Amino acid sequence: MKVTVIGAGVAGLTTALALVERGVEVLVLERGASVGVASCSRFAGGMLAPWCERESAEDLVVTLGREALDYWPQHAPDVISRGSLVLAQRRDEPDLERFARRTSRGQVVDAGQLAELEPDLAGRFRTGLFFAQEAHLDPRRALPALAAKLERLGVEIRCGVDASVRDAPGDAVVDCRGSAARDVIPDLRGVKGEMLIVHCPEIELSRPVRLVHPRFPLYVVPRREGIYMIGATMIESSERGRVTARSMVELLNAAYALHPAFAEAEIVEIGSDVRPAFPDNLPRLRRNGRVLQVNGLFRHGFLLAPALARMAADVVLDDAFYPEVMHEGHRQRSVA
Amino acid sequence: MKVYGVELESRLLLGTALYPSPKILADAVNASGAQIVTVSLRRESGRERAGQDFWRLIRELGVRVLPNTAGCHTVAEAVATAQMAREVFDTSWIKLEVIGDHDTLQPDVFGLVEAAGLLARDGFEVFPYTTEDLGVGERLLDAGCKVLMPWGAPIGTGRGLANPYALRSFRARFADVPLIVDAGIGLPSHAAQAMELGFDGVLLNTAVAKAGDPVLMARAFRDAIAAGRAAFVADPMEQRDMASPSTPVFGMAFST
Repeated sequence: MKVTVIGAGVAGLTTALALVERGVEVLVLERGASVGVASCSRFAGGMLAPWCERESAEDLVVTLGREALDYWPQHAPDVISRGSLVLAQRRDEPDLERFARRTSRGQVVDAGQLAELEPDLAGRFRTGLFFAQEAHLDPRRALPALAAKLERLGVEIRCGVDASVRDAPGDAVVDCRGSAARDVIPDLRGVKGEMLIVHCPEIELSRPVRLVHPRFPLYVVPRREGIYMIGATMIESSERGRVTARSMVELLNAAYALHPAFAEAEIVEIGSDVRPAFPDNLPRLRRNGRVLQVNGLFRHGFLLAPALARMAADVVLDDAFYPEVMHEGHRQRSVA
Repeated sequence: MKVYGVELESRLLLGTALYPSPKILADAVNASGAQIVTVSLRRESGRERAGQDFWRLIRELGVRVLPNTAGCHTVAEAVATAQMAREVFDTSWIKLEVIGDHDTLQPDVFGLVEAAGLLARDGFEVFPYTTEDLGVGERLLDAGCKVLMPWGAPIGTGRGLANPYALRSFRARFADVPLIVDAGIGLPSHAAQAMELGFDGVLLNTAVAKAGDPVLMARAFRDAIAAGRAAFVADPMEQRDMASPSTPVFGMAFST
């Protein structure tokens, strides 16, 4: 069997791997000049934090997201499994209690335990939540590693191709184009996210730290060698690219509130892209003839892609049916 | 309730921000029975027309849209946002917010009166978010407002009616003006209290959007507002200091 996967973002590459591991001959077509450069996955935080995400996401995100914690250490370099921390400034402490109520597996930590977990934050916060089982990765290393693995397994990844779903070769086509598929998925919308990357060697954090914020999940994710990713805004907009001063002020303020050393950080990059989302912010597999659409991963790309890829391969090869991502009426009832 | 010539059955105005998803927002609006939703327009989205997916979802709710100028700190900002909102949502209605203080988000009442005048002269039908100050209320009416929206408590605090005495005076002073308590509502009982005071409606957002089950909370507010309104119309009893038995005890044939 031959399958064409269109789109080499996190959904496309994980789907390609799930298919090739089941003995399928896979071709990946990507419009960007190389893997990752044109994908919104590039701007992801890379947090594998299903329990934290439950604060604003539905239970399905936790159920599917747990697979990511086993998946990524096998497929990407340097997955760091040190949990994640959620903190609040003193005036926002009631929101931290709410965060704890809405999520599970978070352990309340006091100032002393915080200092042990992240010595550089000692004395800065009175209390926090520690999600010990969560992990994080660097999306810009994970995607090329996945691509390299696919190529070792004989998958051709053709970049710089603006492929047409209809004309793509193969017995089946998996459309993993994300926001670019809005031409054929009318109920897909864009939710813009802005982020920045800073170099701040003065402080050392070993795990993602979230600050509760009334409007969007705000986090600082350590990369390697003093590099930190700070994200991410949530704006109902399908516009890619443009970053506003207001958003940067909010993100930098949060980092500064976390630790004043961030005021001296060097800004390495400012970026933004659009997350593809359905009206319930949950992912879908939609089948139409030989085409299977995998889309709507929203702000949970790295978290949901492993489970969705497994399901997509089962749908393509075994005609499997997963009501939680395929039976739209079922979910509408569960939300209402 | 009648505002700017529009007759409404529902007395709940619901904000559309902060929901977990547009789907849950839509379900909450349906459950609330609200016929008016407020929408905040970020200027960047307006300029680029890039927020149209979300706005389309809002329009598909089938309710009247009341755009707002949330987050505007100056008269010029508020007026520009209102003009953009009129274009995007094709309505002359505008919920006017001019924020005066960063920490409490309380209205800058001087800017509010000025912006209300400018917008009313430009053909807008203005719903001003104001304090319970009577003099400011008077100036807003002079500026052309036909509805007043005094706060219950600062935006997003969920503290309920911080100053019921002042709100009672406000109601009495502007007996013939549609009055909507806007902001600070945290619980259905707060909304019911506002309705019992004789207010015409209640506007809220966070209390529903940030509830663990927004749809259920929307229903709770719908019921509380209906109950509070019915209580007001039913003319409640007066409070009194001494007990007054509901059945006479003197000369009872049987006693235990």
